[in-house]
Amino acid sequence: MSWFERIRPSRIKTERRTRSVPEGLWTKCPACDAVLYRAEIERNLHVCPKCSHHMRINGRERLLKFFDPGSTTELAAKIEPEDPLKFKDTKRYRDRLVQSQKQTGERDALIVMSGKLVELPVVACAFEFRFLGGSMGSVVGEKFTRAADHCLEHRTSLVCFSASGGARMQEALYSLLQMAKTSAALKRMSEARLPYISVMTDPTTGGVSASLAMLGDVNIGEPKALIGFAGPRVIQQTVRETLPEGFQRSEFLLDHGALDMIVDRREMRDRIGSMLRIMTGKEPAPAQG
Amino acid sequence: MAMNFLEFEQPIAELEAKIEELKFLGSDAGAKITDEVKKLQSKSRALTTSIFSNLTPWQITQLARHPQRPYALDYVSMIFSDWNELHGDRMYGDDLAIIGGLARLEGMPVMVIGHQKGRDTKERVRRNYGMPKPEGYRKALRLMKMAERFRLPIVTLIDTPGAYPGIGSEERGQSEAIARNLFEMSNLAAPILSIVIGEGGSGGALAIGVCDRLVMLQFSVYSVISPEGCASILWKSADKKEIAADAMSITADRLSKLGLVDEIIKEPLGAAHRDPQATADALKASIIKNLAELCAQPITSLLDNRQKRLSSFGVFRE
Repeated sequence: MSWFERIRPSRIKTERRTRSVPEGLWTKCPACDAVLYRAEIERNLHVCPKCSHHMRINGRERLLKFFDPGSTTELAAKIEPEDPLKFKDTKRYRDRLVQSQKQTGERDALIVMSGKLVELPVVACAFEFRFLGGSMGSVVGEKFTRAADHCLEHRTSLVCFSASGGARMQEALYSLLQMAKTSAALKRMSEARLPYISVMTDPTTGGVSASLAMLGDVNIGEPKALIGFAGPRVIQQTVRETLPEGFQRSEFLLDHGALDMIVDRREMRDRIGSMLRIMTGKEPAPAQG
Repeated sequence: MAMNFLEFEQPIAELEAKIEELKFLGSDAGAKITDEVKKLQSKSRALTTSIFSNLTPWQITQLARHPQRPYALDYVSMIFSDWNELHGDRMYGDDLAIIGGLARLEGMPVMVIGHQKGRDTKERVRRNYGMPKPEGYRKALRLMKMAERFRLPIVTLIDTPGAYPGIGSEERGQSEAIARNLFEMSNLAAPILSIVIGEGGSGGALAIGVCDRLVMLQFSVYSVISPEGCASILWKSADKKEIAADAMSITADRLSKLGLVDEIIKEPLGAAHRDPQATADALKASIIKNLAELCAQPITSLLDNRQKRLSSFGVFRE
């Protein structure tokens, strides 16, 4: 802050802040730099209409746009995080939680809904990456497990959109054990012959990729999403060589046999709907008007 | 081998050096020196007891990583007989950071799987510092499936800094390999007993650690990320590792208070490397007792209990 701003009456500063609001109407595509009208991007599921770059999308918005409009019910909505270790780094975990809850409007980093996908009953969950990097702690593990149990009870399919940096450090070993807990829930679904489709979005790494995200009957990646066990920086520090072009992107994983397919977000509903109908022995979806 | 002392053990090291000196002189001196040696030895024991009764989580981490700490194969040779090591994942290669094989425990057939670190530089490189690649986890899974088929209980010995973060690991599906193990182990029809003997490093440890009972050696640690890793992310400085080690509750003692560990095996005075045989004896007694209890359960209730155990992990409110 310059000396002038410091002595300037605060009224003027406030005015400046309000002036910046309309900036939100326009946004720049981080890939092709095209200036885009925000409402248009939202309509286009946060995919750049010019270059098809897939921008990050909030978990709740993703689910609402994935299901048939008006068909959703949120599941396990009331589960809230605790701070069993009274964890404090440069900030208290409790404060970080409150801050993230305010910022995102979510209680934790996973949202679960049941609803219809082109009339087929489905349960789907999505990570909220803005909530502590979509990290998996006790709440994420419990909600995912309940989503799977709901599928077991109602014999429906499960879809998960992951976007996570991995396990949540502030819940330490509890977080690590969520990897085992969620994988066990998926094993139960698998034994019951219920389909699970995992969609990995940018980014899916660490404990989430090394558990629930990689265990899909079908593993889907969004275009150019970063997917991996260790982050590229950690790998670079360990191996001390330049990482290959496109390393740990969806296309790289498809090449190496870790993904079944890469699907454009705008075609996600149709693709998943088509496969789930085949896997569950249903007729093809009715034609959409 | 000369004892290797950690920084916080320096007062003990000094005393021990003095004792060695006196012993050296003592070969031609009289009873007076022998007496003095005895006095110093008991003083050293008292000092060790006092230092070791009050260790910080970071000091325990250093013990868990001690270069002289017994590794999986050391315990295998001290505890089991008829050891037949089995190699390879049948897909890509044999990862020496994970060992596994058929063995007997007091006559009883078992499958033993563990992380393996190396003792000297050459061996450390060969074992990749105990950091497995996907083929290591896939070998472990192959052996576990074999154990299921032949009705062998499984003992896993956990001791890894973590799964190896390398280009090849990612190319061959590190995430998938770990996830697959968690998935299969959750319902594998064989009793699984896991013991953290050194470092329980994150997903790389859990990938052979989904179990019916979790046991930890007194000076082992188990955590979601290394204290250094946690410190550099949350505190933006790896130097804060001591604070991070404390904050994450990574020691056997703290995890047992949280109800995440079923049993702690006490280590000899000065930790496992001071008396590997005594540690192995205690470990063996624990394995015998725990396997007897697990093998007595019908497999269906064993698996039910495992599901309940896995589902119970976590703290939240509703």
